[in-house]
Amino acid sequence: MKSAQIHAYLSENYTRRRWVDRGMRLVLFLCAVAALVPLFSVLGYVLFRGVPGLNLDFFTQIPRPVGEAGGGMANSLVGTCILVATASLLGIPWGIAAGVYLSEYGRTKTAHVVRFATDILASVPSIVIGLFIYALFVVPMGGFSALAGGMALGVLMIPTVARSTEEMLRLVPTHIREAGLALGLPRWKVILRVVLRGCVSAITTGVMLAIARVAGETAPLLFTALNNRFWSDSLTQPIASLPVQIYSYAIAPFEEWHTQAWAGALVLVLLVFVINIGSRVFFRGDAIGRE
Amino acid sequence: MEASTQQDPILRIRSLNAWFGESHAVKDVSLDISPNAVTAIIGPSGCGKSTFIRCLNRLHEEVPSAGAAGEVLLSGMNIYGEGVDPVGIRRKIGMVFQKPNPFPALSIFDNVVSGLRLGGVRRRSILVEVAERSLRQAALWDEVKDKLHAPGTGLSGGQQQRLCIARALAVDPPVLLMDEPTSALDPIATAKIEELVLELKKQVTIVIVTHNMQQAARISDRTAFFLMGELVEYGETSTVFTVPKEERTERYITGKFG
Amino acid sequence: MIRHIDQGLSQLNQKLLTMAGLVEQAVECATDAWRFRNMAKIADVYSIERRVNQCHLDVDAACVQLLALQAPMAKDLRFIVSCIKINNDLERMVDLAVNIANNTEFYLQAPTAIHIEDLSQMSDEVRIMVREVLDAFVKTDERLARRVLSRDDRVDAYKRKIVEDCLGQMKNKPDRIEQGMNLIFIAKNLERIGDHATNIAEDVIFSASGQDIRHAVPTPPKENDSAE
Repeated sequence: MKSAQIHAYLSENYTRRRWVDRGMRLVLFLCAVAALVPLFSVLGYVLFRGVPGLNLDFFTQIPRPVGEAGGGMANSLVGTCILVATASLLGIPWGIAAGVYLSEYGRTKTAHVVRFATDILASVPSIVIGLFIYALFVVPMGGFSALAGGMALGVLMIPTVARSTEEMLRLVPTHIREAGLALGLPRWKVILRVVLRGCVSAITTGVMLAIARVAGETAPLLFTALNNRFWSDSLTQPIASLPVQIYSYAIAPFEEWHTQAWAGALVLVLLVFVINIGSRVFFRGDAIGRE
Repeated sequence: MEASTQQDPILRIRSLNAWFGESHAVKDVSLDISPNAVTAIIGPSGCGKSTFIRCLNRLHEEVPSAGAAGEVLLSGMNIYGEGVDPVGIRRKIGMVFQKPNPFPALSIFDNVVSGLRLGGVRRRSILVEVAERSLRQAALWDEVKDKLHAPGTGLSGGQQQRLCIARALAVDPPVLLMDEPTSALDPIATAKIEELVLELKKQVTIVIVTHNMQQAARISDRTAFFLMGELVEYGETSTVFTVPKEERTERYITGKFG
Repeated sequence: MIRHIDQGLSQLNQKLLTMAGLVEQAVECATDAWRFRNMAKIADVYSIERRVNQCHLDVDAACVQLLALQAPMAKDLRFIVSCIKINNDLERMVDLAVNIANNTEFYLQAPTAIHIEDLSQMSDEVRIMVREVLDAFVKTDERLARRVLSRDDRVDAYKRKIVEDCLGQMKNKPDRIEQGMNLIFIAKNLERIGDHATNIAEDVIFSASGQDIRHAVPTPPKENDSAE
């Protein structure tokens, strides 16, 4: 085809192509909007139902028995904090270590197996994790406990933390590692002091997202931490948590409790929201993120 | 120029071979590197020149499936000898890479002293002194002395590369390997690095891989031409670029390949 | 593979060949003018000189441009450097041909004649040298270039003999002094054309092989051109 013909052909089709382009763009835009609808309707509805239940008592009181007015979820809030802290203590170092292994030594067969296993673990339903801890820990120890709950959440965190750590470490270019090695530093030191340090904030982001995820988990806690209507800060005793408390109030037949459950849901959503946004702001200041 | 060749070589390479898995990247290379001189390694892409210098500080073997065999004598000691720790070798043979690679999230100062600090030097006074000396050696001091605690990644490309040179010099290596150090830089930054190389050779021995033949001609005392993993020709730069002995060298440097 | 620089190099080669052809012509005209007492040939020499001077500038400009823009290496570099030097030699050769034409002009105007047998042979020898060295340049023929070098000794011998002959005749007959001097000048200029041909031969050898054979054995004092 001669170039004159090509140009003629192209300009003939130009108008048509412009309309197709506009149409496609509109379709994509509508799809994007549609994807946002559930998010905002959930948020709006939780806000609408939850705000009436929020008051000072909600944050300072423990649940009252059925029939008594008032009471709050203070013990559940504290319980969730304790559970998340325990989970973090167990899951974060473990997850980061696994992530470092996968990224830095991840070309061996073992590593492929580990990576595959991590992916499987990430997709195991959380209730199964709860059952696993129940069988492995709760039964032998003779009772539900905060520690068991923390362990279940911790196990849930490992794959997320490990994979996000691995991803972030992989973003650090090989020549940065080589620069460290070329200075006469042993590999472990290069990894710890140069590579990890270079993406501390990126990894923190991954960790915070993992925390946000487990903070809202209900199912694994049903078999492990159970629930507690009273104050408890003991790791060996059952402990209350926001999700479980919401669950038990929501299925109860009392209007008062429903209101509180909505308030709890609102607090939980806000908590997860804050962690998510916080982690994003944090990531923006990162050296790797900037590059 | 002639004087440099009369001294005993600081690096003696004998029958060096390197592989990437099955592919034989460096084939039985032997050559001597004179102290306080600049030795340029030239050759087309994939000729094994980068692999070759990465064997000189045993960095090549860090790549999975890579291997090397042969002798590299640094002042008489075989760095491929039994029981030799590559980590120790790399303190004596520094390296600067193709892409400027300051450590992320570290300040200019921390970058320069990273080799020392992570190597166990804690005394602040020593670190400060070495940082200034190295940055001066790398002709970067005047540009960064007022912002030593700014991040190293905030510098321009050419400055980053000089920062990397300062970082390599901070551990005081007698030999400095440079793997296409100016290929990512603009001509002005390149010229600065070249001046720097000529200045540095008074103190260190430099082996530089370059794609740029004019660069090799400008700054090196001796030139080695590699082709498909083999050392084709090695000699005084002025001879190699005016009267090469080998037809293959002639064809490469006059651009007749292909 | 055809390189961009090849076009420039072949243009340079062409320019230099044209110039060399003119120089050869000038030498021929100058010697013929003397040999056949032909004043018209003298005018030819002068007009050729002007054209050669223009070539001299053109070739230099072409060389500088190639050096600046192409950053030549190895054989290319040696070729261009040789061209610069050959260019100078050619320009000097045409000047010497002009000198010969001058001397011949004076010589032909004077009434008396001196008979010097060898001058014809010497001019033949020099003309062969010039032709051969240009052949060697065209073909980058190292062996032919070396043959030119050996001819130079014969030219030098002719010159010594001619000078001796002239001096002998001049001693006996003072009225021949002016004519004798003219012939000595012609011989001297011919000899120097031969020297420049030798220089060109050496440059051809350098360009072809990279060997610098100037001032070979004993060790040269310093890089200095053989022409004074």
